[in-house]
Amino acid sequence: MTQTSIAEAIQSAHREIMRDDERVILLGEDVEAGGVFRITNGLLDEFGPHRVFDTPLSEAGFTGAAIGAAIGGMRPIVEIQFVDFILPALNQLISEAAKMRYRSLGTWTVPLVVRAPYGGGVHGGLYHSQSMEALFAHVPGLKVVMPATPTDAQALLHSAVQDPDPVIFLEHKRSYRLIREEIPEPLPSVAIGQAALRRDGQDIAIIATGLALHHSLAAAQQLQAESIDCLVLDLRTVLPLDKPAILNAARHTGKVLIVHEDHLTGGIGGEVAAIIAAEAFEHLDAPIQRLAGPDVPAMGYHPALEQAFLPNPDTIAQAARSLAAY
Amino acid sequence: MATLTMPQLGESVTEGTVIRWLKQPNDQVALDDPLVEIDTEKVNVEIPSPFAGTLSRIMVEEGQTVPIGTPLAEIQGTGEPAGAEQPSGDRPAQAPTAAAASAPPQEPMPQTAQPPTGSARGAATPKLSPVVARLAAQHDIDPATLRGSGAGGRVTKKDMLAAIEARSAPPSSEASPAVTDAPRPPTERPAEDRAVPETPMRRAIADHMTRSRRTAAHAWLVMETDVTALVAARSARKDAFRQSEGVALTYLAFIAHAVARALQQFPRLNATWQDGQLFERRDINLGFAVDVPDGLVVPVVHQADRMSIADLARAIADIAARARGGGLKLHEIRGGTFTIDNTGAFGTALSAPIIHQPQVAILTTEAIIKRPVVIPSTDGAAGGTDALAIRAMMNLCLSFDHRALDGALAARFTGRVKKIIEAIGPDTPIH
Repeated sequence: MTQTSIAEAIQSAHREIMRDDERVILLGEDVEAGGVFRITNGLLDEFGPHRVFDTPLSEAGFTGAAIGAAIGGMRPIVEIQFVDFILPALNQLISEAAKMRYRSLGTWTVPLVVRAPYGGGVHGGLYHSQSMEALFAHVPGLKVVMPATPTDAQALLHSAVQDPDPVIFLEHKRSYRLIREEIPEPLPSVAIGQAALRRDGQDIAIIATGLALHHSLAAAQQLQAESIDCLVLDLRTVLPLDKPAILNAARHTGKVLIVHEDHLTGGIGGEVAAIIAAEAFEHLDAPIQRLAGPDVPAMGYHPALEQAFLPNPDTIAQAARSLAAY
Repeated sequence: MATLTMPQLGESVTEGTVIRWLKQPNDQVALDDPLVEIDTEKVNVEIPSPFAGTLSRIMVEEGQTVPIGTPLAEIQGTGEPAGAEQPSGDRPAQAPTAAAASAPPQEPMPQTAQPPTGSARGAATPKLSPVVARLAAQHDIDPATLRGSGAGGRVTKKDMLAAIEARSAPPSSEASPAVTDAPRPPTERPAEDRAVPETPMRRAIADHMTRSRRTAAHAWLVMETDVTALVAARSARKDAFRQSEGVALTYLAFIAHAVARALQQFPRLNATWQDGQLFERRDINLGFAVDVPDGLVVPVVHQADRMSIADLARAIADIAARARGGGLKLHEIRGGTFTIDNTGAFGTALSAPIIHQPQVAILTTEAIIKRPVVIPSTDGAAGGTDALAIRAMMNLCLSFDHRALDGALAARFTGRVKKIIEAIGPDTPIH
């Protein structure tokens, strides 16, 4: 039984996808040398310099070039070194990639995948720790996925490359080598837009993404000993959200705790809460609760600041306890 | 000061009995110290202290049975979790469940200062959550008449569900015993008859069975299964198995294995019907009916579909032994998604079991009986001869909830179980 990490799973997905489809190219900063997180290691050797190549430090430039290539029939994968660096490319992504299908009456689409590591917990400081899913989840025309497990990371990258429209593929950098599992063969297919029930329970639904999912599962385990029975739902995709799964979880338990690492205000948890409030109101037995990164400008470099920012199993368990007692 | 209340220790549990206090007044209590032993219908559990401090008052004596949410004891908090101090005076003591430590949430939850709702109706109207308001309207129950187990005495969804359940329990549902304490009229009894003292388990079984019969649309089918090959496969290996594993290689383990396989293919049978909604369950958690003195317990083998036949033999032997010895843990009686009742162990040929709520189906495995069976000729069309043979036959009986599924699906599922059992042979892997 091989335990595969998320980093290894994403690398395998690249190999499988690039072997299957010659239109797939990979570009980004230092991808030839393997990238900061070694995800693209060895891909240059296998696929050659015409399909795997370094770009200048110009996210707007190379993302724009990839959009053009996608419109022209290629299937580019862009690696952004850290999601923190994606901001210069927002104009390209929001104003061009997301709108191309609409603006051309469906004549052109942008089958582009933009991969980017996000999240804290690796002493990355202000410029290497941010979560930005909510920024992109606000943009119709994009899809935003955040796999939390190796199997999902591998399967969802396949789905993302096959998707005819632009997909932002967010990878929690702390989880790259922390989260491991045996990946089933054959690899299951995971559709974009489907949440996964990771744990069934009666008392509280914890809805989470990325690394916070694993913290939530650990919290649920703790709480089992206290007879608090938690359901844990992994969103997997934050645009589009899996409304039926969210509503089922809320209706089943009547109490909902949403957990994410991104800042609280304007975070994806607000959208999830709004869906539940609108469509599962009569099933609620407590106010919907959110546990998220604080509304401070950035995650500090100092370990104490970093820990204070991040949700962890204890803070999640505490929030769930309060909700159970309500 | 923190108050420990009778916790909700199961899906349909409405009350509990204090068996034994493990600490005495003025004892120091650390967080998670075993504090009190509670008997709730089917298990005895030790409740860990959710607070640290000094046990200042015991409010329910040993042997007393009280509803969920009733205060059991008070703990004077020296080392209460940070921030648990009550604001002076105006806020009533929180009534957390035993499992809920009293530290505040990261973002304070709206909690209003209001008297416990067990008090007069005329007092400030307690806040109702949307689900409680809806259930109250649907079932015509005034939440103000209930004792709330939530924060500040709030009536929770669980309180409402318990009241609905309790109200519909007796055959005549005019009065609502959950909300009125009117004594029942004594029944005339001839002196020579023995009045059987009611045990929590007997009452729980009575409530559960009548509730299941009343709510689920029971339908029933039986399917004959040829277990000749299974009998041979088992007897060839049972001695070696007992020697190496220390437990018996039972027919039940083979059958449970087949059921788990079949449930993977028929998720509708691996489902629960709760709060008006049907849920197909991801995990396959098999419950096994185990008879105990004057009662019945249904311990659960979780994720049975991940187990081999040998695993199941061990797991079933383990939970059955502990069900009889009283050593089941709480999670071992919760979370079942399908139940198997090995009635054949007592020689029955057909049984019509009652569904274990909130599941949607229950299977019985009947006695294995050798019978003459007509074996159809394999080339019947060409005029071959049918033969008569002595075969070991067993009936599989399935009760299913017709609200959740229909007869065709139930029959296909049972047929699948039958096929898997009949395909068992000398080479079937058991590990």
